[in-house]
Amino acid sequence: MSGRADSSPRNAKTPTRRSALRRKEAVVGYLFILPALIGLVLFYVLPTIRAAQISMTNWNLMRPAKWVALENYTKLWGDGQFWDSMWITLLYVLYNIPVQTALGLLIAVLADRLAKSVTFRAVIIAPYLISNVVAGLVWLLMLDPLIGITNSFLSMIGIGQQAFLSSPDQALVSVAAISIWRHVGFTALLFYAGLQSIPKDLYEAARLDGASEFAMFRLITMPLLRPVLVFVLVTSVVGSFQVFDVIAVTTQGGPAGSTRAVLWYIYENAFKFSRMGYASAMSMVLFVILILVTLLQMKLLRGDQSDLG
Amino acid sequence: MLRTMTLNKAIGYAVLAMICIASLLPIWMAFKTAITFPSDVFASADRLWLDRLTFGNFPRVLGLPSSVEPPANSGQPINFMIALRNSVIYTGLLVTGQLFFSSLAAYAFARLRFPGRDTLFYMIIAATMIPSIVLFIPNFVLVRQLGLLNTFAGMVAPSILMLPFAVFFLRQFFLTTPKELEEAARLDGLNWFQVYWHIALPLQRGPMATLAILLSIQAWNDFFWPFLVGQGESVQVMAVALANFQSQAGQGQPDWTGLMAAVMLSIIPVLFLLIFFGRRIVESLQTSGMK
Repeated sequence: MSGRADSSPRNAKTPTRRSALRRKEAVVGYLFILPALIGLVLFYVLPTIRAAQISMTNWNLMRPAKWVALENYTKLWGDGQFWDSMWITLLYVLYNIPVQTALGLLIAVLADRLAKSVTFRAVIIAPYLISNVVAGLVWLLMLDPLIGITNSFLSMIGIGQQAFLSSPDQALVSVAAISIWRHVGFTALLFYAGLQSIPKDLYEAARLDGASEFAMFRLITMPLLRPVLVFVLVTSVVGSFQVFDVIAVTTQGGPAGSTRAVLWYIYENAFKFSRMGYASAMSMVLFVILILVTLLQMKLLRGDQSDLG
Repeated sequence: MLRTMTLNKAIGYAVLAMICIASLLPIWMAFKTAITFPSDVFASADRLWLDRLTFGNFPRVLGLPSSVEPPANSGQPINFMIALRNSVIYTGLLVTGQLFFSSLAAYAFARLRFPGRDTLFYMIIAATMIPSIVLFIPNFVLVRQLGLLNTFAGMVAPSILMLPFAVFFLRQFFLTTPKELEEAARLDGLNWFQVYWHIALPLQRGPMATLAILLSIQAWNDFFWPFLVGQGESVQVMAVALANFQSQAGQGQPDWTGLMAAVMLSIIPVLFLLIFFGRRIVESLQTSGMK
């Protein structure tokens, strides 16, 4: 304490009173975040540790878990079905993401030029607000070989009857199409918001310099939209890797295993065959893959730096 | 020059119109099927409208007396009344808890000073990185060990106390409102909880309402976790009931009119929110994605 504070009896009390207040504020702070903290520890932190732990056991929930160290992981290495499911998931991501991103961008650019109304944006996000389960059921109706209207439309332009979800060749593409239908409006909405934040005088200046529409898109729009693009790609790729709900109500992994994506395979092992340890090992591998994918995308797209800043 | 401009515009509008149709047509077809007589399903399959329509499928799938007979060989009768009630209970519990606990935490992270505050906040944000399947297996085991399978408690437990997005979203708003009013209230002798409850929270009425709408839609649509722990008929929510009804249909044609009536029952609340709070939903989704 400084001599000046010590010399005055009134000031001498202040530091201790202030620190008592501080302590009280800290206690109140901890009390306020206590429920959230319990939620964090009980349902996020401990489960993650426990998942790693379960992955090193053989456990069917009935008998006590048996410690097997890394056996599940070595078994996984040789499990052809697991790698098939990984390949199916990767294919699904490859069908899904480029179309969803490009279409979303196109819609956003058109909306920015021609239809700034909220009504238009509400219409395009309507599918996003209904659940994956309902989207799956609605498209089960749309794609049904007997009563679905999709085949009627196709026959109008001279394309024959398609089996869609019941064909091993078409089921995965169909599931991807359902997901694109549900998500493209939201993607477009995010791009639209990004477009709104680009200063309009940049375009005016470029136009005065005689830049073409395409040049402006490439040199102004795309670079300034990059932070949004990074966000859209990272979240949609990570989300696509975890496709489950639509598969659960449309194909259940079939036909002939053609839509057995990794989450469906993990679900089957854990909750149908009660192989908790093996399923946990798979979920840990997926976790690591998702972290690597995210880091790779951030690096490729240099997500940490913004061209605006 | 002018002509190409208008031509481009015309093409642009045509594309936008097609996008709107593609967006809404499947929802329309679900609605159309829901108001079709079961015996007319095949005859009207490739049409956008009906010669005769009925609303009888709705009471039928709610287990109420209905003039509409279920289609032959449709298997078990459907009763979505309890599932609808369960969805209301589940959503109500979850959203109320999430709003209260998350706003409490968000307020502390924005306004109070305590050691480790920022570290804990970043831990909450980092928690969103963990894929849900990693958490579902141990959380299922935990809920099972606690004897909470097939209870609402077990169904809401993992996300009622903390939702990283809600904490993050509200903290932003608490940070941007001026402190003066809260400081004055403190000097007047209100304790921290009273300041939060009577001063800070009412100032966030708008963001809280927005969040409530977003969380309600999300909870109403929840599937995977309720599917794992809430299979009992007395707690089964709409999404789970719909999925189970579909998977029990097996081979052959399901009861399309009944299934689509149930689908419409489950999306009508969401569509109502979209019609009445369209601007709010659009704008909040727009900013929530942008962080």
